[in-house]
Amino acid sequence: MKTTDEAPRLAGGSPGVPAPSPGARWRALVAPLGQQLAPFTIVFVICVVLWILTPHFLTTSNILGNLVQMSSLAIIAVGATMVIVAAGIDLSVSTVVGLAGVVSTVSIVEYGTGVPLGLLAGVAAGGLVGLVNGLLVSKLGLPAFITTLGTLSVCGGAALLITDGKAVYGLPDGFKWLGNGTVLGIPVPIVLMLVVAFAGHFLLSRTTLGRAAYAIGGNPETARLSGINVAAILIALYVISGLLAGLAGILEASRVVSGQPTAGTNYNLNAIAAAVIGGASLFGGEGRIVGAVVGAMILQLIGNGSNLLNISTFWQSVIVGVVVILAVLYDQIRHRRARKAT
Amino acid sequence: MSPVVSMSKVRLAFPGTQALDGADFEIEPGEIRSLLGENGAGKSTLMKVLAGAEHPDEGEIRVDGEVVAHQTPRNARELGIAMVFQEMSLAPNLTVAENITLGRPPASYGVVSWNGVRERAAEALEQLNVGVPLDALARTLTIAQQQMVEIAKAVAGDLKVLILDEPTSALTETETQELFTLIRRLSARGIAVVYISHNLEEIFVVCDSVTVMRDGRTIATHRTAETDVDRLIGEMVGRVLSDMMPKESIPRGEVVLDVRDLVVDGKDVPVSFRAHRGEVLGFAGLLGAGRTALMRCLVGDIPRTSGTVELHGRPLDPRRPGDAIRRGLGYLSDDRRASGIVGGLSVRENIGMACLSLNARYGVMKSLQERRLAVTTAERLRIVTNGVEKKVGELSGGNQQKVVLGKWMAAGVEVLILDEPTRGIDVGAKAEVYQLVNDLAREGKAVILVSSYLPEVLGMSDRVLVMRAGSIVGEYDREDATSESVMYDATGQAKPEEFTRVTGYVDSLLAGPAPGTPRGPEAPQTSGDPGTPAAPVPARPTGTPEDRP
Repeated sequence: MKTTDEAPRLAGGSPGVPAPSPGARWRALVAPLGQQLAPFTIVFVICVVLWILTPHFLTTSNILGNLVQMSSLAIIAVGATMVIVAAGIDLSVSTVVGLAGVVSTVSIVEYGTGVPLGLLAGVAAGGLVGLVNGLLVSKLGLPAFITTLGTLSVCGGAALLITDGKAVYGLPDGFKWLGNGTVLGIPVPIVLMLVVAFAGHFLLSRTTLGRAAYAIGGNPETARLSGINVAAILIALYVISGLLAGLAGILEASRVVSGQPTAGTNYNLNAIAAAVIGGASLFGGEGRIVGAVVGAMILQLIGNGSNLLNISTFWQSVIVGVVVILAVLYDQIRHRRARKAT
Repeated sequence: MSPVVSMSKVRLAFPGTQALDGADFEIEPGEIRSLLGENGAGKSTLMKVLAGAEHPDEGEIRVDGEVVAHQTPRNARELGIAMVFQEMSLAPNLTVAENITLGRPPASYGVVSWNGVRERAAEALEQLNVGVPLDALARTLTIAQQQMVEIAKAVAGDLKVLILDEPTSALTETETQELFTLIRRLSARGIAVVYISHNLEEIFVVCDSVTVMRDGRTIATHRTAETDVDRLIGEMVGRVLSDMMPKESIPRGEVVLDVRDLVVDGKDVPVSFRAHRGEVLGFAGLLGAGRTALMRCLVGDIPRTSGTVELHGRPLDPRRPGDAIRRGLGYLSDDRRASGIVGGLSVRENIGMACLSLNARYGVMKSLQERRLAVTTAERLRIVTNGVEKKVGELSGGNQQKVVLGKWMAAGVEVLILDEPTRGIDVGAKAEVYQLVNDLAREGKAVILVSSYLPEVLGMSDRVLVMRAGSIVGEYDREDATSESVMYDATGQAKPEEFTRVTGYVDSLLAGPAPGTPRGPEAPQTSGDPGTPAAPVPARPTGTPEDRP
């Protein structure tokens, strides 16, 4: 059973149950809200602290820079959240980023596919990896953790094999637009991030696919007996995760106007961290896209803040790790409490 | 003699229920005490408190007269209290010897002495006089053997109180007898045994005394010699069951489900039966008779080896439950928590789960329509909750079960299989479930009622099929179904003495002024003649009930 807070202990309703005290009722009302708002509060606090401590934080260029830099991570975190909601995990995303970048740049430079088709090829490569992940996990029943750890390694190797370990250069100017252009004055990566976030939110909260994902994450047996095609849903979710990692991959490649086989090294941990900080539960059945985007924002602000405050990048890594552990710890405590209540 | 354990005024609240509401309990050394009560009466919870697995909100526990301040499983163990749970808790990949000495293996300076492990385990098994190979892996044992190992594990320490939670629910007759012998032997050594059960038959066989629980309270304690079935039942249910099952007679419609020679994957017996519109078709049998596998096979959750199924005259061969649901066949599973609800989702989301596509267009949910459906269903089923957005996991067992029923009503299936629909819910909710079964039949749906609870399946069904070892071994119309004949079919053996107890129990449950209870004129004059049950069962070839054309 999954519950989000201590509210279950306070639940009234059936006869013979003592009425909760006014304080308890108040907490039952506020606790879930507080939990949903917690990530926003953290963002707000970090922003205020950085604004006070550094003169450069609250400038348009810094803010836009932050948003552009976090866009790839946020896009991947959207996919990660969808998989995590269904109690799965996709660890392959970080090397898919590199693979997608390499596939698209190599298509353009060596096979002359042109920019649009090349970009599509990169995204498709990500989707293909997602399809393989989904098939292995749902049809063969392999554990997602090990399966995607395997494809992580395969994709990392594949990216290096395709380019012989070298970066791909010599791309046409049109390739730059995705990562460096603007739409109505707004950088394209930010626009893409918003589009993906809205689409992801719609998918998870308003469609049968999303509902099925929550049901599978909450109780796969119940979902199956209720007529949900668990395998098909899982495959779809892994494909979406792969496609989004592919999208982030071509975005990264376009930003640096080259195909880097080792791009995206840190995205694995960070994407899952963003989802978990945003309230997704690794036990499945819980998580929201808004949370994932805010989670990505928190990670970005930790990086940016450290830079502005001259904290060494070595410390950044430590801080991010600690935040991730705290977020997972919080998740565990909530579930332990919920389970105890049953 | 002074009690070895005494608990007083124990209270414990769970979300949605007051599991224990001022329960008192005392037991003396060497006493074999039955803790009796309906599902959800608080039997297991009270004993979990004693064993330190749950912490009471209020109340006092004394062991040997000393107050125990904060009971944990570990110090309960040190005080000589051990509980063998319904779900086995052996480490599957360790050997029997390792399991028995688990927790405190004989060791010096942290190095385990494997000879010591085997010696101590052998000693514990010898005390119990049970022959289980020491080096066998726990997962290779039968359930009965696992249970013996669990008990040996408990006995390996200094044991004062042994708590057994529904120990015979998965045992064969012989294994049950062996367990009883063992219990008596432990009792002779001064160990108090608490025997949790809702099986009246066993209580009179093995227990000295019985404590009845209802709604989290201990109602009464009797010497078994000084009480009888009627009295215990009265105390257990607090009302007459026949009042809860106002069976309506509804004219039987045409055949909707026609199962011919269906062989479930992994079994080798063909099964045939038919279900009609407006009919409640009962499936009686013991646990493990193959009823659940058959039902899961019908909806495509387990593959079939051969045979045909027709639904509304068209062949049905679902690859997964979703296919069956689209054709109008739903399966309410026998384990609400494991496969009935999604606790973390709301009442609305659970109710809408089996009809997602009905409430959506092009994959986009019509939220308002779904909400309306959920509200209507929740009102109709009188699900007690403040709003359909409440998480199902926070509701009481009875309300959860009503949500699962609501899911299938919302899905609008024409044939609904209910597998143990009243397991683990309180008496009031049971009555409501029975009412819903009537409603469904009146609407012209076919209801297949799988139940191991004899009074329920006899009281609610228009026709009863009895399964044993994967095949249908008996079929009765409502008027002809007696508890004797059904039990005889279900067990395949005559046990006159125990029959009297069981059937006496069932008959007393069903007795009452309510019209339509299935008491024929030949009613329960239990015969003492071994081998001839009171209602002789006509010999019938396996798997071919009479309504075959």
